[in-house]
Amino acid sequence: MMNFEYPVQAGDFTNAGSASSSVKKTLKQLNVDPSIIKRVVVALYEAEVNVVAHSHGGTIYVVIDNDKIAIKLEDKGPGIPDIDLAMTVGYSTASPQVREMGFGAGMGLPNIKHNVDYLDVKSEVNVGTIVEMIVNF
Amino acid sequence: MTISEIQTVLNAKILCGEDKITQTIDRAFASDLMSDVLTLKSDDIMLLTGLCNIQTVRTMEMADLNTVIFVRGKKATEDMIDIAKENDMIVLQTECSMFRTCGILYEAGIKPVF
Ligand SMILES: Nc1ncnc2c1ncn2[C@@H]1O[C@H](COP(=O)(O)OP(=O)(O)OP(=O)(O)O)[C@@H](O)[C@H]1O
Ligand SMILES: [Mg+2]
Repeated sequence: MMNFEYPVQAGDFTNAGSASSSVKKTLKQLNVDPSIIKRVVVALYEAEVNVVAHSHGGTIYVVIDNDKIAIKLEDKGPGIPDIDLAMTVGYSTASPQVREMGFGAGMGLPNIKHNVDYLDVKSEVNVGTIVEMIVNF
Repeated sequence: MTISEIQTVLNAKILCGEDKITQTIDRAFASDLMSDVLTLKSDDIMLLTGLCNIQTVRTMEMADLNTVIFVRGKKATEDMIDIAKENDMIVLQTECSMFRTCGILYEAGIKPVF
């Protein structure tokens, strides 16, 4: 079992994706199937960008086992008032700055759901959001 | 089409991956929306985009995309080229607009994804 922890800064689009990049390198070294790696890192990257774009910052916790990867993203921030609505394709509250970076189409959470085997989103308004996902190898 | 043929028809500059100009490209996807790019199922796809920032190459890294053309003379920064090199990507830059780039490549036989 391997454990990793990555801090994520709010609004830091220069480094957004560095945790996903590091997880990708680790999974490659472990010879995980490339199509599974792609599912993991696409989902993680969308979630990482969400923390950068929509929260006040947080932490990513990654646990890699022989048969699966479990990822938890925990942030402090505005939270998500209506999770079902946030999971709908096209729903986005992204700022103009976030849209300038190529995000804010409201496609991230639905795409995460599509790529992982298990997804759980918990959120409390004005406290923060916890996104947990698992992909089986 | 080879990268070198694409370079010629678009009068493009190769910013990274000069050693790979004999590689061939069959299909392309044009978008400035990275979440859209991240929904692509296959990975042997060339990206055409006007979005030129570090998240463009990060998105390519996660989606396993190897080749990008920045349209309308958008300049890639050094950090972008560093990530591109680290991932063995091919980066081209053309003065052509998105519409012209798509038109020229479509006419030359590059296939759409959908
Ligand atoms: N960590 C988060 N904290 C607060 N709100 C969030 C968080 N993640 C998502 N949201 C809310 O859910 C909405 C939908 O998220 P989703 O990732 O699907 O789309 P997006 O980030 O707006 O755009 P895209 O992912 O297509 O770039 C966001 O616009 C935001 O309102
Ligand atoms: Mg998102």
